[in-house]
Amino acid sequence: MDDPFTTEKYTAKSRQAISDKRLQGALADVQARLGPATQTMYSAQPEGAGIRQQAHEIRQRCIENLDILLEALADKVTGNGGQVFFANDAEEAVSCCLAVAKKHGVKTVVKGKSMVTEEVGLNQALEAEGVDVAETDLGEYIIQLAGEKPSHIIAPAIHKTREQVGQLFAEKLGIDYTADPAALTQAARAVLREKFLAADMGITGCNLACAQTGHITTVSNEGNIRMTSTLPRVHVAFMGMERVVATLKDHDILFRLLSSGAAAQKLGGYVSYVGGPGPEDYPDGPVAFHLIIIDNGRSRMLADPAFREMLCCIRCSACLNVCPVYGKIGGHAYGSPYSGPVGAVVTPLLAGLNRAQDLCFGETLCGACKQACPVDIDLPRMLRELRFRLAEGDETWSATPVSKPEKFAMDTFAWFTSHPAAYRAALFSASRMQALVYAKEGPIRQLPGPLAGWTRSRTLRKISSRPFRSQWKSRKQPS
Amino acid sequence: MLPVFPEVTLFVQCMVDAMAPEAAMGMVRLFDRLGIATSFPEDQTCCGQPAFNAGYRTASRKSAMHFIQVFENAECIVCPSGSCVAMVRHHYLELFADDPHWLARAKKVGGNIFELTEFLVDVLHISDVGAAYQGTVTYHDSCHLLRSLGVGRQPRELLSHVRGLTLVEMAQSDRCCGFGGTFSIKYPDISTALVADKVERILETGADTVVGCDMGCLLNIEGYLTRMGHPVTVKHIAELLAP
Ligand code: SF4
Repeated sequence: MDDPFTTEKYTAKSRQAISDKRLQGALADVQARLGPATQTMYSAQPEGAGIRQQAHEIRQRCIENLDILLEALADKVTGNGGQVFFANDAEEAVSCCLAVAKKHGVKTVVKGKSMVTEEVGLNQALEAEGVDVAETDLGEYIIQLAGEKPSHIIAPAIHKTREQVGQLFAEKLGIDYTADPAALTQAARAVLREKFLAADMGITGCNLACAQTGHITTVSNEGNIRMTSTLPRVHVAFMGMERVVATLKDHDILFRLLSSGAAAQKLGGYVSYVGGPGPEDYPDGPVAFHLIIIDNGRSRMLADPAFREMLCCIRCSACLNVCPVYGKIGGHAYGSPYSGPVGAVVTPLLAGLNRAQDLCFGETLCGACKQACPVDIDLPRMLRELRFRLAEGDETWSATPVSKPEKFAMDTFAWFTSHPAAYRAALFSASRMQALVYAKEGPIRQLPGPLAGWTRSRTLRKISSRPFRSQWKSRKQPS
Repeated sequence: MLPVFPEVTLFVQCMVDAMAPEAAMGMVRLFDRLGIATSFPEDQTCCGQPAFNAGYRTASRKSAMHFIQVFENAECIVCPSGSCVAMVRHHYLELFADDPHWLARAKKVGGNIFELTEFLVDVLHISDVGAAYQGTVTYHDSCHLLRSLGVGRQPRELLSHVRGLTLVEMAQSDRCCGFGGTFSIKYPDISTALVADKVERILETGADTVVGCDMGCLLNIEGYLTRMGHPVTVKHIAELLAP
């Protein structure tokens, strides 16, 4: 498979998104709807706006005690008759799930939306084994039918218009073309109901887990995740190892914030706490429950104090809904299920710093994400930290310096800034040189070399023939 | 109330020094009018922000150490750029986190530096500087100024007292203009898309002038306005407060 993270791809996909008027409208719409609303939701919490910092501390504490909490969670789940598996990487996670499927003779699977299963590439692996996999979240179902990738963490199909969905359904489900959302939803519902009833196995993610009670929490607004976890014989839940919190009290705060951050809701429509399989004398619930807890690079983040904070993330997507860059380039340019600011930090950490470098360089450091994050994660700080590791090289992350010319330019500039006489001389000679090169009146219309990016769409003011420092010298002192 | 400080030491951001001297001259005139003495240490260069944001911390530290040496004895430093103040006040702490000696010196300087409008309104408690400007003005919130320093109210307060000036807010004034330092050169497509949106918001207001407190953003906005031929004037707030 070719690498989804090249600079060419990032640039090409960004360009493609920017020139897609309908996509631009959809992105602007989702940001306008959810961006400001989440802020209002945070301040409306009984704890007040400070709740974000409080949640940050809670998460930080959980992360610092992750080993203990995971053990407690696993013990409780096992005690309830469930099975817990710790997967070091994507491969282990996938093969564990495949083994469970095999053991239970699974032919068909229904899935609740889960980013972590995207991360490990579960669907492809199941399909390769001849298992029929159906996504049941409407957005995920649409992109599965279209053979595409999610472009938003909680609204995976925002890049598709209803007309496109209408055509897709007509083609794939054999219904008459319609662009009516209600009719399309009904059509998907009819198909998915059958899938639910027939499925041997349900696979979900996990929004949060609680060590004290030993349960995982799933939330959806379509009820599909609850059906996924209760109708089939076997339930397999995938969980990023950072998702656990210590107590029900912590869980309460984070869960409220998750709902606010994700969809500006007080509470998601369907919330389930799952602690194990259904008891024997129970009419409902699966007979087997497997919890697969995934590391896949997370311990590495944990081990680096500069990036540990990223594990506080609850994948709510609030940061996507305010990010100016995401608002233009959409999710696909990020080449990973994690897009937007969270993706810009987490994807390089998971996929390799050099490989996914454009994600962290291709952000403006505006800081809107930090403000929107329900757990107050300092994403801009980590973006800078990633850039630092990439600029100067870093052994722990096997990062190699990205650009010799840029480093040379920065070093040279730094040398001048610490040699004031040389700096002054350079400033004045730059001003004079520029007057020669750009003899024409008015601003510069074409810059050379790597600076040309600026003048593709913008002019640039010239360096003044009288910089401030010379005007200061000759100014009249006030009497 | 005046003068709180016997003297204000000017830090004129490298970009303002080179490309927008009139903004810094405006700041000087402003202090002259208020009867506040100013000084300008001529050895000042750059705070190190461009290198820092691009990841080049060794280079950035070099500039930052020089900055600290030049300014550490100043009691009160005022700068016409929010992002540079954020750099010195907040990011120096990150830059020197592993170096207790320089960290202590950085902390001292960081405690003495103010962005111009923040200094006028919060420290001097002046919101009317006696300025006049005939025109309709819209204000762009620069990201670091607003989010790292919490400065958004102060420039508006100053503008609201300028005689003849009508302030019209643009939609999403706090949305990034797409400058982002080296980002604007490395990712020109994205940067352009962002500044195009910003300019659209500016044009919607019908304002004849757009004002801000950070030259980086202003050069970006001005560059796009000029290229597109829109007759909107771009001004640093200091130019407008003391023409
Ligand atoms: S970084 Fe914060 S806002 Fe973004 S997905 Fe994670 S928790 Fe949500």
